[in-house]
Amino acid sequence: MSKAAFKGGVHPPEHKEATAALPIEWMPVPTRLVVPMSQHLGAPCAPLVAAGDRVHRGQLIGSVDAMVSAPVHSPVNGEVASVGTCLTAGGMRVPCVTITPDTEQDLRSFAPVPDGDVRATVRAAGIVGLGGATFPSAVKLSPPKGVEVGTVILNGCECEPYLTCDHRLMVESADRVVAGARIMADTIGAKRVVIGVEENKPDAIAALRAEAGDGIEVRSLVTRYPQGAEKQLIWAFLKKEVPHGKLPAAAGALVHNVATAAAIADAVDLRKPLTERVVTVTGRVARPGNYRVLLGTLVSDLIEFAGGFSGEVGRVVAGGPMTGPALADLDVPVSKGTSGIVVFGPDEIAPLVEGDQPCIRCGRCSEGCPMFLQPFLIGTHANRRDWTSAELFHPVDCIECGVCSYVCPTRRPLLQLIRLAKAAVMAKGERL
Amino acid sequence: MTKSSEGTRLSVASSPHIAAPTTCTNIMLWVVAALAPAAIWSMASIGWPAVQVFMLCIGSALATEAAWNAIAKKPQTLTDGSALVTGVLLAMCMPPMVPWWMSIAAGVIAIGLGKMIFGGLGWNLFNPALVGRAFVLMSWAGVLSKLPEKGWFQTLDVPAKGSLDAISGATRLAVAAADRAAAGGYRFDLAAQYEPLLWRNLQGSLGEVSAALLILGGLILLAKGIIDWRVPAGYIGTMGLLSWVFGSDPIFNVLAGGVLLGAFFMATDYVSSPMTKNGKLVFGIGCGVFNTVGRFFGPSPESTTFAILFMNGLAPLIDKMFTPRTFGWVKSDEE
Repeated sequence: MSKAAFKGGVHPPEHKEATAALPIEWMPVPTRLVVPMSQHLGAPCAPLVAAGDRVHRGQLIGSVDAMVSAPVHSPVNGEVASVGTCLTAGGMRVPCVTITPDTEQDLRSFAPVPDGDVRATVRAAGIVGLGGATFPSAVKLSPPKGVEVGTVILNGCECEPYLTCDHRLMVESADRVVAGARIMADTIGAKRVVIGVEENKPDAIAALRAEAGDGIEVRSLVTRYPQGAEKQLIWAFLKKEVPHGKLPAAAGALVHNVATAAAIADAVDLRKPLTERVVTVTGRVARPGNYRVLLGTLVSDLIEFAGGFSGEVGRVVAGGPMTGPALADLDVPVSKGTSGIVVFGPDEIAPLVEGDQPCIRCGRCSEGCPMFLQPFLIGTHANRRDWTSAELFHPVDCIECGVCSYVCPTRRPLLQLIRLAKAAVMAKGERL
Repeated sequence: MTKSSEGTRLSVASSPHIAAPTTCTNIMLWVVAALAPAAIWSMASIGWPAVQVFMLCIGSALATEAAWNAIAKKPQTLTDGSALVTGVLLAMCMPPMVPWWMSIAAGVIAIGLGKMIFGGLGWNLFNPALVGRAFVLMSWAGVLSKLPEKGWFQTLDVPAKGSLDAISGATRLAVAAADRAAAGGYRFDLAAQYEPLLWRNLQGSLGEVSAALLILGGLILLAKGIIDWRVPAGYIGTMGLLSWVFGSDPIFNVLAGGVLLGAFFMATDYVSSPMTKNGKLVFGIGCGVFNTVGRFFGPSPESTTFAILFMNGLAPLIDKMFTPRTFGWVKSDEE
């Protein structure tokens, strides 16, 4: 079968070699966990515990009665030290529960999620999109009435440079990934299941194929960023565009990350709530690796476990270098969407460019844009704060992959300018 | 317990945090590098007069940009490399025997009126080097037609034909055009001119000395992904095809004059050509059409300059015609 691909994109240096072959390793329980009540897209949870309470691993400690939300569980047995607020990796201040874990822990046991059907279980287990988007998975498993979703696509692209957490999960837990895919397909009545993996991970493709059996296609994709973007992945397999302003269901597809599928399988089969995830810690750390980390572990503790910094450090990014936020403070917790911690030297990051840079009309941004936008034009109008003109070039369709800024030879901050235009256009829409 | 991360000053910026290694300066220097074989060979073949033209054109282009920025109190932009490219290209479309002041004037006009007056790099509608050349052609046509001959390198040794004697200082292209205008066919075999045109053509501008080295430079830019094949392919393909249609030798017409310099290095100028892929092809074809029509039916066989300048003017419209459809802006099934 031929390799699938989307149109556009770039292939930055992968930098995955440092961690791609390293098995997932548990990080020991840290001395303190700061568990944010908002680890998902949607309404933040309200803490259900108070300072001094005993909590058990898997116990519900935060929830909210909203459709788009995901409950939060205690990752350990321990005592609630305080209930307050903390900064997230994304720079938001959110409610949190700080837990002092017991010195003795048995991470194999946990309080099971209550019995229920698949959607209720996925919701109760607090599962969200683990690729980084953190959209509550149960909501995605409930497509609008009358919409037929024929295909479940699992996203194992891991197209961001440096990250290898999904790669290792596919190699080591291919059975869980495949089980999750089957559960999802059964739940929404999809006839076809496709697992997409970039061709730079042949061992993951082999492991998945060994588990897949009949009815599940494991297909290799051209290694090109952003292959794992939802709309681009759907196009690569189905040759259908998700219509402007519509959900992927409108193109007949449901896309989930492979790690999300494994978490769903664990929730349904083992009644296990989501309390930890795999995080790739790489770049300028002494001991790069793929670590299974309890949610709420501070990034500073995680870096310390990874041997601390090695060499001069310029920037620390939570997630991949193309889309992840830069951390101003390392005492922020790992949460459900934290796929990696990448430590860059000052010489490895995009230089900060002062002042307006000219567009030389080379066309690299338009050629790379997976949404076929003309970033240079939106950027020029945004620079003049001319939102009416910017709107004509559809900034709202931008998926913020960062390809335009990455390729720009004069280093114009194109994505930032498009974000400004997007916000301005959306604000105008709300006023109407 | 102190952590190794404590006290580390972290830089924070919006994603993406990495950037492709290709910068504007890289691109411009690659263009200069691709021009270098042809430029150096022209200086080696012609000698001091050619060196002088290169020095004056490059020097005046750089000085004009620096002076403009200084007067306008804008940051200096020489390091982006674009003025250097303009200077080199400008020299390559000048004949070696031009008076020194003409090289300087061309550089000043190219950068001043061709680029800076529009707002500098990225904002000009026309290719700056061609603006400089067009200005020289139109202002001093008389001076250019009576350039002094310098020993061996100006006189083209061709047989006389009927009443037409050997044309003083003529290029092969001019001889061919004169013969077309008169009856009785070409005085020389056009195919026999391939070899001198490819390797050592000393009649014409500095960029015409070696077609082979220009092609080499063009291939370098194509291989580096700096230029898109659509512009030169559309341009050269059309030029060859139309020359054949008009009853002439297609290869001679591609190799002679400014076609290769124009197709690989001038019509591919990012700023003054379309950005869309289809637009690039249309632009290249348009350049080829106007260049051939100008050569066969216009006042001068040297029509490359005005063909590209004319298409530069159309580039924004061409891009508008081929604006890509945003992904997802399709008719939804439910509508």
